[in-house]
Amino acid sequence: MRSATPWSDVVELLVEATGETLYMVGVSTLIATLFGIPVGVWLQLTSPGGLRPQPAVHRILGFVTDLGRSMPFIVLLVALTSVTRLIVGGSIGSSAVIVPLSVGAIPFVGRLVQNILSEVHVSVVEAAVTTGATTVKIVRSVLLRESLPALINAIGVTVIALIGYSAMAGVIGGGGLGDLAIREGYQRFNDRILWGTVAWLAVLTTVLQFGFTRAARASDRRRHAAI
Amino acid sequence: MITVENLTKSFQGVPALKGVTLDVQSGSVLGVVGPSGAGKSTLARCVALLERPDSGAIRVDGTDITALGGTALRNARRQIGVVPQGDSLLRQRTAAGNIALPLESAGVPGPQRRTRVGELLDLVGLTDKAGSYPDQLSGGQRQRIAVARALAAGPSVLLADEPTSALDPETTGSVLTVLDRARAELGVTVLVVTHDMSVVRKICDDVAVLEDGRVVENGRVLDLVTDAASRTASTLLPAVDQNPVNESAYDRVADVVLIGFAAVGALLPEAANRFGVELNLLGGGFTRLGETPVARFRVGLTGERADSALEWISDAGAAVRRTLKGPQGVAA
Repeated sequence: MRSATPWSDVVELLVEATGETLYMVGVSTLIATLFGIPVGVWLQLTSPGGLRPQPAVHRILGFVTDLGRSMPFIVLLVALTSVTRLIVGGSIGSSAVIVPLSVGAIPFVGRLVQNILSEVHVSVVEAAVTTGATTVKIVRSVLLRESLPALINAIGVTVIALIGYSAMAGVIGGGGLGDLAIREGYQRFNDRILWGTVAWLAVLTTVLQFGFTRAARASDRRRHAAI
Repeated sequence: MITVENLTKSFQGVPALKGVTLDVQSGSVLGVVGPSGAGKSTLARCVALLERPDSGAIRVDGTDITALGGTALRNARRQIGVVPQGDSLLRQRTAAGNIALPLESAGVPGPQRRTRVGELLDLVGLTDKAGSYPDQLSGGQRQRIAVARALAAGPSVLLADEPTSALDPETTGSVLTVLDRARAELGVTVLVVTHDMSVVRKICDDVAVLEDGRVVENGRVLDLVTDAASRTASTLLPAVDQNPVNESAYDRVADVVLIGFAAVGALLPEAANRFGVELNLLGGGFTRLGETPVARFRVGLTGERADSALEWISDAGAAVRRTLKGPQGVAA
């Protein structure tokens, strides 16, 4: 009969795994946002009701986006091995996970962003058009700025989705909280590690969600004052 | 200043404008009225350069602006300030920030931008609301900010598409006052598309009636109200109740349209005195067209020289619209 892992060791493992998870998810979210927002903007501009309607471009871009979103992450993780090696110089470890994580998240963010931008009312966009603003100006000052609260929320949704995806990082030795729960907890019948990780993930997710919701609200200038 | 020449526009083969021609005098206010589906909005969107007409021209200072693209199009847009239909302010920007938008597009540097925004806030009477967000403003205040934004880049033409459609009569007045000030203080030419005749009554010099994609009536408001054939006139002037029983007691009954202080105040009593007839007001009332008092009365006359009295009123410049009783064509 093995004695249970002391709690201090569990905490130590959790701290290390949390660092790995936040590193993988943080960098991937940054990359996915950096590339996903332009994808979303492009999708919206070329859409039938957009500022630069281009049905053919819109359809192809939409198809590629949805293809990317339909790919199961575990498949992406192994399918992109050679690409990963090219970019990070290896195919094992936390940094290696960032490549498939980002690639998987870009189309996800792209669609989210397009949906959000399409919510900006057409009369608001047209009013900006009549002021003689360029398309770049309208994208920046109207579409993106008016949508900022929703965009911050969307990034929060992405972060939490990526924490879920990153649980599969163990497949290519990425580590992280999911990997800890599966390898150290589940496969070695260590309940303290398994449930400790699950509980910590719940806390982490709640705190992150709370933070993003607060940030979104702080950026929102719509105040329904009683007049 | 701005002319619209033979403008046509169809949507999926359905014609919305069938050759619209308008001429707005520099510094005047033209109201385009008409029933729903007449093509008012399409016309407004064409003038706002949001819709390209199929044929025809829109000229600002003689230059056709319908065929422009790229930078030339954006520059032309700055010549035409637009108050769009419905809520159009950026909800994440303050009132001042919204007014600044066209100035940013025009590349006006920060300090000048702030000065200009201050002037415009003053013009629309909302200086104290500079830092308020649209959600903290009332509908009328939002619309005045939209007018200020439209004027920011110093356009020569101001186009307002149904600027009062969502407002109650009181706030409508404040928005119209702002449009009127824009004309008076900045000298812009104003084109108002509206279904609301009170807009025409309060601020328009000219009116064009659009029906089924065509202009069916067009002219100066004060000219049209004295034109017996004008349909606009009857909707602009005070209503006259029909009361046949009452009217049978008089030798002559006529509708008289009086324009201007002198006419409204003194013409009818003087006619009664001069011709020794008894003159009674049977209906009608006063209104104002812009600054000009205008009255339409139904009058009943009793006395031998009733016809002469009506003739004299007509000669004095009033429009005696029809003689309801007695020989036709005596007056007017």
